[in-house]
Amino acid sequence: MLAIFEYNAGNQTSVKRALDHLGIPNEITNAPEKLDKAEGIIFPGVGAAGQAMDELQSGGLDEILKGLIWQEKPLLGICVGCQILLDYSEENNTKALGVIHGECRLFNPSWVDYENTPIRVPHMGWNTVDLKQECALFAGIEPEADFYFVHSYFPAPCEEHVIATTRYGRDFCSVHGREGLWAVQFHPEKSGRPGLKLLQNFYHHCQEASHAE
Amino acid sequence: MLSKRIIPCLDVRNGKLTKGVKFKGNVDIGDPVETAKKYYEEGADEIVFYDITASAEARGIFLDVVEKVASQIFIPFSVGGGINTVKDMRDVLLAGAEKVSVNSGAVKNPDIISEGATQFGSQCVVLGMDVKRVEKSEKIPSGFEIVIHGGRKYMGIDALEWAKTGEALGAGEICLNSIDADGTKDGYDLELTRLVSEAVHIPVIASGGAGHPSHMVDAVSKGKASAALIASIVHYGEWDIPAIKKYMTNKGVVTRNIW
Repeated sequence: MLAIFEYNAGNQTSVKRALDHLGIPNEITNAPEKLDKAEGIIFPGVGAAGQAMDELQSGGLDEILKGLIWQEKPLLGICVGCQILLDYSEENNTKALGVIHGECRLFNPSWVDYENTPIRVPHMGWNTVDLKQECALFAGIEPEADFYFVHSYFPAPCEEHVIATTRYGRDFCSVHGREGLWAVQFHPEKSGRPGLKLLQNFYHHCQEASHAE
Repeated sequence: MLSKRIIPCLDVRNGKLTKGVKFKGNVDIGDPVETAKKYYEEGADEIVFYDITASAEARGIFLDVVEKVASQIFIPFSVGGGINTVKDMRDVLLAGAEKVSVNSGAVKNPDIISEGATQFGSQCVVLGMDVKRVEKSEKIPSGFEIVIHGGRKYMGIDALEWAKTGEALGAGEICLNSIDADGTKDGYDLELTRLVSEAVHIPVIASGGAGHPSHMVDAVSKGKASAALIASIVHYGEWDIPAIKKYMTNKGVVTRNIW
């Protein structure tokens, strides 16, 4: 079972619908005993980093989440859930979870895109990801596949945690983390077939990891 | 590279997909859930649903459609029509839409944009603008005026000013509909599209007038739009989405392939 970490994140039901469609058992929850039993955790998020951190801290959910990560429970952060795994976000000047070293920065509207025009912020729509390291999440996904992005801030983790980059004005990190602790800036639950495949890959990883124990 | 988006728009009335036909009013042309699924599978980058029913009872039917769509398509979709309050916004977002489009509701009460952006995030809030060409005047210096009620009511607001206001209030995107071009199939109003696209920093979706894929190429190149809304051209099967994207790609536009 995958647990969708519950903290009032706007896209939690979209993630649930995608997992239901794939036939992956799942539950939206923040109950410690259920999280403990889950084979993996999806950490969703839309909206602002500051609000997301407030929600997490208000119920001590930040400590629960960190505890799961220290236990090496597989985790997939999505969008704001990806950003606040870092130390800090420029958005609302937010001290974040600090699970992965790095920070989250605002796109600069003076950067220019491939048509030599200033980029629009938010970065909204379908874009490709360029893998810098091998990553189990992308097994069987065509390298040219597009994913759906919508965000104004982008993750800038330390070099060793950069798994993939995406071009928007310049190359930013669109996937970061390490084996079993992944964070994607795009929305796999809204990225059509490649996104669904990525969720399935995550589930397979979780199943293997829990059998290996 | 960020792709240019192709977005089919589905008008829904009493739970049915409908299309306005000149002199005949609206005729039902299919099931919105099945149609959305078909467009999703063909490679639509997003889908827009517009509730054109006015009654409260029909609203429930519409929200059921939204929920069904949300469990079957895995690309973003937005919902518009009859959004006048933050509660209306919340209802469609809870039913599973990613974005909600405010149009005349925002003209009457601009605060709905900022309230929606604060509560749900700017990425959720699309400002829908219906625009008509008028003579340039002190009040309407661009010669493009905001209208509501399908173009029957002129609001005395310049479209460029309104676009900037909407952006400042927190809209994450603009869906720009030319009432003059709508239904003509002669192409988007490129002048309007370019003016608005250049006036704001958020993405702009061109709407109204699509009759051929060359129109979409123009909208995203000459018009500088990030996306193009389409309706009849696909609803009646003249073109399908893969053929449209192939045409655009051949003209040098970056579009999304489905895999």
